[in-house]
Amino acid sequence: MPLLSVNNLEVVFPLRTGLVTAIKDVSFDLEQGERIGIVGESGAGKSVSAFAILNLISKPGYLAAGSILFNGRDLASLGEEEMRQIRGNEISMIFQDPMMTLNPVLTIGTQMEETILAHKNMSRQEARKISVAKLKAVQIPSTETRLTQYPHELSGGMRQRVVIAIALLSDPAIIIADEPTTALDVTIQAEILELLLNLCNDFDVGLILITHDLGVVSEVTQRILVMYAGRIIEQGPTHQVIARPMHPYTQGLLGALPEKTRPGQRLNQIPGVMPTLQEIPAGCPFHNRCNQIQAVCKVDLPILGGTGSRAVACHFPLNR
Amino acid sequence: MFAFLVRRLGQAVIVMLVISILSFSIQDELGDPLRELVGQSVSEAVRNELREEMGLNDPFLVQYWRFLRNAVQGDLGTSYFFKRPALEVIMDKLPATIDLVVAATFWILAFSIPVGVFAAIRPNHLFSKLAMGFSIVGISVPVFLTAIFLIYLFAVELGWLPSYGRGDTLIMFGDWETSLMTIDGLTHLLLPSISLASVILPLFVRIIRSEMMEVLESEYVKFAWAKGLKKRRIWMLHAFKNTLLPVITVGGVQLGIMVSYTILTETVFQWPGMGFMFLEAINRVDTPLIVAYLIVVGLIFVITNTVVDIIYGLVNPTVKLTGQQ
Repeated sequence: MPLLSVNNLEVVFPLRTGLVTAIKDVSFDLEQGERIGIVGESGAGKSVSAFAILNLISKPGYLAAGSILFNGRDLASLGEEEMRQIRGNEISMIFQDPMMTLNPVLTIGTQMEETILAHKNMSRQEARKISVAKLKAVQIPSTETRLTQYPHELSGGMRQRVVIAIALLSDPAIIIADEPTTALDVTIQAEILELLLNLCNDFDVGLILITHDLGVVSEVTQRILVMYAGRIIEQGPTHQVIARPMHPYTQGLLGALPEKTRPGQRLNQIPGVMPTLQEIPAGCPFHNRCNQIQAVCKVDLPILGGTGSRAVACHFPLNR
Repeated sequence: MFAFLVRRLGQAVIVMLVISILSFSIQDELGDPLRELVGQSVSEAVRNELREEMGLNDPFLVQYWRFLRNAVQGDLGTSYFFKRPALEVIMDKLPATIDLVVAATFWILAFSIPVGVFAAIRPNHLFSKLAMGFSIVGISVPVFLTAIFLIYLFAVELGWLPSYGRGDTLIMFGDWETSLMTIDGLTHLLLPSISLASVILPLFVRIIRSEMMEVLESEYVKFAWAKGLKKRRIWMLHAFKNTLLPVITVGGVQLGIMVSYTILTETVFQWPGMGFMFLEAINRVDTPLIVAYLIVVGLIFVITNTVVDIIYGLVNPTVKLTGQQ
């Protein structure tokens, strides 16, 4: 049995204009220590899927259907207090912008210790010791003074290291990282990514990495899920998906990578924009941007299916 | 801290100088103090003599310079009506006004924080909606109207509370007279302090609510949820401490403005404070007293703002009162 098994997740937002479905039929598994990546454009539902796991969907959105089996328990049916015990303890998160993630008026020490004390019955001194150890694990120098400092006294890269240290405090089974390097300088991105990868290996932590950067995914993850307009449209082992994408959208994303273009040439892009959640077209949601379109694409929604480790939601998949 | 205070003191001197010029320059526009001083029977020749004697015929700058020289030595002129130093008259009235402001501040802090925080956490709760509705009413209705309504209801109709005066007072610390220490004094204080708080309390509720709602949407609050903290800690520490920063900035100024609202409240309730005194001084064209009042109120403003800045620095770690590091 996988460590985490997400089945047919559906999140809806009741807005004034009516119910809007943010994600639908999102299913995936995560094995102990496995690292998967969720990629897609902004608004594809990557973050919503991740937040839904911890029941942290921003209001007024809510989980309309689906189950989230973690260690045999369905997180979707847990009460508030039971859910709180999971958050930051067994499953923790890393957010996108380290400049915004840490509370500006509390010291690093306070923000670390409180996380431990929220879950474990121990003294402040013991919590402090663990905090120091985790700060060392993320390679932050002079850890003792860091604990008394406020977030604004640290650089962006340092703060993201602190956030990672906080995520590691309770030795979680899974870390959900929502665009953990997007807000950082390119030089620091690589450092943070490598750190994250090593820590997941060392502590045998499962990782769900959410990003729109296929380069990042290929470096860190073993498996990849591609999302579009609230659905998973392709999944499979990272190197296979990147080498031989089956969905035209995935192919478009890979083609849009700057590395694929010679200097001086125009960058490739997928024509059009992703539809907003209110105006997802009938049939395949990607059909009006697809270069392989046929009549059936405008009518029938393709179901995610496939052979072996790979799956794709397309009537006419590529590279079969 | 020391450097901060020195810098603040420098600013305060400039502010006070500007206030003194402004308040001193209006004195010629208030009417002839002689009419109030000597009455009808004195001849014009004697009046002119008196004017000359009092220096009222001197050029403005000469008068101002004389005033400033005395003011620096703590002499803000002599009240025409009371025939005593103006500052002394004000100091006699100050404790009553301080009582009023302290009591109103108590109402404001005791109610605006819980109500504002609750309305931010549960914006759709019936209580929150009622509180928001009432707060609009509170802000819109002028202080004197609230005061008259309270008097009508609690003093005239129900007869529960006194409608005017200070009641029994107690002398503390030598010569500080306060109503806060006697039951009778407190019952007298109840209606005036509620009226005084009636405008600023709802304003505080609204500021706290809107700031806190914004903070609750922030990434660091979301991260606090993701860390699995208990909701009480997220609301009361993570969110509220950040809410405090803008509230202190806006609120500090409001508490200063409250001093000027005391003029209305004290007049309606015949509260023997310096606001009531100020209105009487205007009626009597008691120029030195008017000028002295404006300067004292200006000073209170400057002091409140400095205290607010210090508190802000204590709450916000990104502000260092000690200056550059």
